[in-house]
Amino acid sequence: MKIFIPQDSISLALGADLISKKITQSGHEIIRNSSRGLHFLEVLIEVEIDGARHGFGPISSKDIDQLIANGFSKSHSKYLGIVDELPLLKKQNRLSFSRCGINAPLDYDVFLSLGGAQALAKAKSIGAQKTIDEIKISGLRGRGGAGFPAAIKWQTVKDVQSNQKYIICNADEGDSGNFADRAFMEGDPFGLIEAMAIAGFALGASVGYIYIRSEYPIAIKLLKAAIEIAKARGLLEDFDLQVFVGAGAYVCGEETALLESIEGKRGMVRAKPPIPALEGLFGKPTLVNNVLSFAAIAPIILNGGAHYAGFGTGRSLGTIPVQLSGNVKNGGYYELPFGMTLRELIYEIGGGVKSGREFGAVQIGGPLGAYFTSENLDLIFDYETLAQAGGILGHGSLVVFDDTIDFLKMARFAFEFCAHESCGKCTPCRIGSTRGVETMDRIIAGENQYELVDDLCETMKFGSLCALGGFTPYPVQSAIKAWRGKNV
Amino acid sequence: MSNMNTKDKGTPHIDGEMVDFTIDGFKARAPKGTSILRAASDIGINIPKLCATDIVKPYGSCRLCLVEIEGRTGTPSSCTTPIAAGMEIKTQTERLKKLRRGVMELYISDHPLDCLTCAANGDCELQDMAGAVGLRDVRFEQGHNHLGQAKDISNPYFDFDPSKCIVCARCVRACEEVQGTFALSIDGRGFASHINAGVNEDFFNSECVSCGACVNACPTGTLIEKSVVEIGQPEHSKITTCAYCGVGCTFEAQMRGDELVRMVPYKDGRANRGHSCVKGRFAYGYAEHQDRILKPMIREKIGDAWQEVDWDYAFEYTAKKLREIESKYGNKAIGGITSSRCTNEETFLVQKLIRAGFSINNVDTCARVCHSPTGYGLKQAFGTSAGTQDFDSVEHVDVAIIIGANPTDGHPVFASRLKKRIREGAKLIVIDPRRIDMVQSPHIKADYHLPLRPGTNVAMVTAFAHVIVTENLVDRDFINQKCDIDEYQAWAEFVSDARHSPENIAPLCGVNAEDIRAAARLYAISGNGAIYYGLGVTEHSQGTTTVMAIANLAMATGNIGRKGVGVNPLRGQNNVQGSCDMGSFPHEFSGYRSVSDDAVRATFEEKWGAKLSNVAGLRIPNMLDEAVAGNFKALYCQGEDILQSDPNTHHVSSALANMECVIVQDLFLNETANYAHIFLPGCTFLEKDGTFTNAERRIQRVRKVMQPKNGLADWEVTQKLGLALGMNWHYNHPSEIMDEIAELTPSFAGVNYEKLEKLGSVQWPCDDTHPEGSPIMHIDKFANGKGKFIITEYVPTLEKTGPKFPLLLTTGRILTQYNVGAQTRRTPNQKWHDEDLLEINPIDAEIRGIIDGDFVKLQSRSGETALRAKITDRVSAGVVYTTFHHPDTQANVITTELSDWATNCPEYKVTAVQVSKTNGETEYQKKYSKFSDENRHIGHAK
Repeated sequence: MKIFIPQDSISLALGADLISKKITQSGHEIIRNSSRGLHFLEVLIEVEIDGARHGFGPISSKDIDQLIANGFSKSHSKYLGIVDELPLLKKQNRLSFSRCGINAPLDYDVFLSLGGAQALAKAKSIGAQKTIDEIKISGLRGRGGAGFPAAIKWQTVKDVQSNQKYIICNADEGDSGNFADRAFMEGDPFGLIEAMAIAGFALGASVGYIYIRSEYPIAIKLLKAAIEIAKARGLLEDFDLQVFVGAGAYVCGEETALLESIEGKRGMVRAKPPIPALEGLFGKPTLVNNVLSFAAIAPIILNGGAHYAGFGTGRSLGTIPVQLSGNVKNGGYYELPFGMTLRELIYEIGGGVKSGREFGAVQIGGPLGAYFTSENLDLIFDYETLAQAGGILGHGSLVVFDDTIDFLKMARFAFEFCAHESCGKCTPCRIGSTRGVETMDRIIAGENQYELVDDLCETMKFGSLCALGGFTPYPVQSAIKAWRGKNV
Repeated sequence: MSNMNTKDKGTPHIDGEMVDFTIDGFKARAPKGTSILRAASDIGINIPKLCATDIVKPYGSCRLCLVEIEGRTGTPSSCTTPIAAGMEIKTQTERLKKLRRGVMELYISDHPLDCLTCAANGDCELQDMAGAVGLRDVRFEQGHNHLGQAKDISNPYFDFDPSKCIVCARCVRACEEVQGTFALSIDGRGFASHINAGVNEDFFNSECVSCGACVNACPTGTLIEKSVVEIGQPEHSKITTCAYCGVGCTFEAQMRGDELVRMVPYKDGRANRGHSCVKGRFAYGYAEHQDRILKPMIREKIGDAWQEVDWDYAFEYTAKKLREIESKYGNKAIGGITSSRCTNEETFLVQKLIRAGFSINNVDTCARVCHSPTGYGLKQAFGTSAGTQDFDSVEHVDVAIIIGANPTDGHPVFASRLKKRIREGAKLIVIDPRRIDMVQSPHIKADYHLPLRPGTNVAMVTAFAHVIVTENLVDRDFINQKCDIDEYQAWAEFVSDARHSPENIAPLCGVNAEDIRAAARLYAISGNGAIYYGLGVTEHSQGTTTVMAIANLAMATGNIGRKGVGVNPLRGQNNVQGSCDMGSFPHEFSGYRSVSDDAVRATFEEKWGAKLSNVAGLRIPNMLDEAVAGNFKALYCQGEDILQSDPNTHHVSSALANMECVIVQDLFLNETANYAHIFLPGCTFLEKDGTFTNAERRIQRVRKVMQPKNGLADWEVTQKLGLALGMNWHYNHPSEIMDEIAELTPSFAGVNYEKLEKLGSVQWPCDDTHPEGSPIMHIDKFANGKGKFIITEYVPTLEKTGPKFPLLLTTGRILTQYNVGAQTRRTPNQKWHDEDLLEINPIDAEIRGIIDGDFVKLQSRSGETALRAKITDRVSAGVVYTTFHHPDTQANVITTELSDWATNCPEYKVTAVQVSKTNGETEYQKKYSKFSDENRHIGHAK
């Protein structure tokens, strides 16, 4: 009997280490896997009996003695059944996250047994251009939030002549409600390394950096260890990959500020052009992709771009780990094709509002994303639909609120967040965010200053240097609209 | 802030193929890659801007210069968006207007509205932009703000008022990109972002070098000259040339009436390209200093009180004295010294006065004690007594050698330009006993620093040649085409000898042999190699030999005759090149032509209507020797302080005391004037017209911005003295003197004031074949036909350390002071450096029980003085260093009579000394101080 106890950040926060210690002491063989993404079920303990893995969850350190004493019996109240058969896993199309949660993330043999390293081998056999062509066919768009076609970026970096090029993974996942990057890095670090090695091969880049936020210590540790193993096992031939830990600035998730940070400078946004693909890190051509963009590479190469493009809808092709959090029952991430409605995501996947009250709103795409209210729940979850509806898909997060949401406070909070995280370079963001907080206070106090806030939002939206100031109007204006819809 | 008569185009000029675009419906062309902002500015469309200025790269932060481009979404900033062919741009749309007003409303919501009483009123870009975008209302309530913060007034020349700051980072970027000091940064984030000098220091105590680039860059009244705060905004300006070092920066003198409001570096200045240092930018206050003497004065003998006289009497009296001495002792007893601080025209007149007025060639110049070996050495090698390049050439350098120069202190604007190139990737080799700032400073690190023992330059440079020849790194084609092959062969054989190998000379120089080899290879193989040198090369008993060795190195590697290469002497004073060009040397007429050349002399005799001597006259040291011997009796010394600046002070003072008529023409009663009988007040560069010639042979105009406070420009003083001596002179303006120079001097044949007005400046040679001058020399062939390789045998100086004097003293200067300090000591620059300090290595200090700040006695076989010690590992053990800016120290009491074998340039850079603790000033210092006081008494007017 093998017992799997996850060691990702969420499980550890929920006491997985203590649980693991107790199970070890009871004499069972354990394997520390990662989360499968059903975070509401963590700590999810899986017991392998006759080749099938049976789940128990959520288990807290209080439950564990009883569970051990009970001998992991199916009669236990936390018994969930066979994990692979859980409806919330079965509904998913786990292309990118296929290995996450299955086994120990640093077990290279397991990685190989689950298809690891094959995509790199295939890329090398079909050649650089064909590799990029597959990505082009797949329709993969940058998963960091901007949704720019990945193949164009890859092609640009490939085509430019330079004595040095860089591959950078943007793992500075600072948006509240977003955790899929972390989940992937904690669940399949070799998968990320392989994808970056594919990029290095295809684009002719010999050096790569994983820029990761300091708030992800477990992912940092795993990636550093994984890079050493990958080097020893031949996954990183001709590609020098290292982990670069950020210094805590949210804005360094913006790709040009990220480049400044790696160069040892203050994390401030650069004006574009020049685009990083032509003049990036240290002025050299640089591919900057999000973790989730890299996570899609291996399945695209292995199964072909057409297979990946078979998922999704319209111009939003493939899958995305939808991250559900906030006031929702089934918090976690779910790799799903684009094209479901918000209602399906919140109710069928998310299980509905956790507090039992009425649905109030959902903020999609992180703290700079718009709020959608109940009349929007039939919107399709894809890039174009959300943009048309005045929002962004961003990095695929949905934060659910019940009907106690105070929209004016949320609008104020959006400005406050921007003021807190602003790098201070451009005027609309530097001064505008603070003036926004102050003006929201006037509105909250009853003054009619909606026009001033609207004008400020226009200035920030079209005048800001990067998306921090530029997208702050999304939550502000959508929240105000929601409030006025109810109150004016 | 910016120049009054040039336009800020927002972003730097870019070269590129011309492309067509449309802007606001107008068709136009611009070099590809130029910013939309600049391209628009070029055709007269002024897009609002605040964070962009054309001396630094675009930044894109203010968001005022946003434009719309057909076919592109959004509103990109025009400063960061390059022009591309076919672009259709709109600079004014309803959306853009609204955006700009929105941005401006935010700016003004955090700005003190004290425009009417702000010193920048009338010269504030924020004010201009508020007008340009049509801001009419600020609807935000007074919220968080940066108002009411304390000003930083620590810098003596400018104030920093953080309440007015708009955080455009122009100051930070200017400090980084233009000056290269990296003293400023932005601290805090978001709304809390603010400018930070050093590490939360005030400006004075930070690394700030007070170059003023940040003040120029500031678009508001945040960084502003104290002089503007006190006086107000200027109303007109004139372009002129700095009177400090040999870089020759062009400045715009911004005036209110005849009051100088500020000196602003001129963007179109060819040497400085809009940059400046603390001296030229700010240290002009000496012109107004109370110490200035404005009336002529005479006295019977040393020790008497001075008597003021009127000009006419002064000239009559002086002429009478000179003629008396001439008749009593003969013309050999009379001589003159021209000044490297005066104009070409003034220098020319002084040497003319001596040669034509007394039929004797006893004229010399202060270049004798600085760059005379450059003139001689380069003339032997290349045929021209000058550097081979222009300063713009530095932008093409791939590897630079700095030897015996300290550019960040001595030639700061050049240093900034070189540092910029090094930050772009050029390699750097520093050969200097001290760890100068170029060895390591922010974002600069020399690839090699060879801290050689003072006095071993020839061995070092010849070892470079050994490596280059024996490792076959020479440029064969260049040598074959342009150099004398036989001489090359002999030289190559000479340097190949094992005794010149790095391994052999390493113990002598005190430098690792492998480093010497590696550095020599780096210079030879890195592409464009340029050598920059200063007085650390020339002021040695083998100064001329080192100059020749440097020339050999440049020729052997083919580094002559194009951009980015060359032999580049960094000239000390503003017009040291010019004073040499003007025939100040006792053996040469203007243009470096021998007085013994009958044909040349005949042209001068004809033009001047005077019989001239064909025998070389006395050099300064010879004049002094002859004076001590009782044979030299009268000296006309213009704008130089030989008592303080020349070596072996005791010898100089004995010589001066032995003369019967010492005429000093200067701004102040300098140290030499303590021994003078006649004092003719001089005027500053602000008070006269003329030209200076900088280190790159560039002849530039000096323009009068105010009337001479003493009543006469220096050229007028010399002319009137000439008239009193019976000369038939009638120059109405310095331009007429230049016309005479051009007529008599082939290399100046094409120079005239009209051309200088038109072109801004020209670099000699300027003649029919080079009507617009010669930025780079020896392009097709050397001036002397074939480049000459000269054998450079190392001969150790006679000055040796021993038990009595175990340390080697070398001297130099510091950023904020200039030469003998006559000017800078009379400015707030004193706040940085009000005394000369002796730099001593911790090891040498330790064994002598010296702690930092102790008074120490510095002794050589020439004399002794006392000064405070500064313990630093900038100097190696065995070497001590001081500056010579302060007469209280009299560093030249220590230096010796040894000099360069060819030119008598003194060996300032090597003196064997002992250092010991002491209680205070030496007896000599006390005695001299008393003597000095006594000799500055001025009696009642006659």
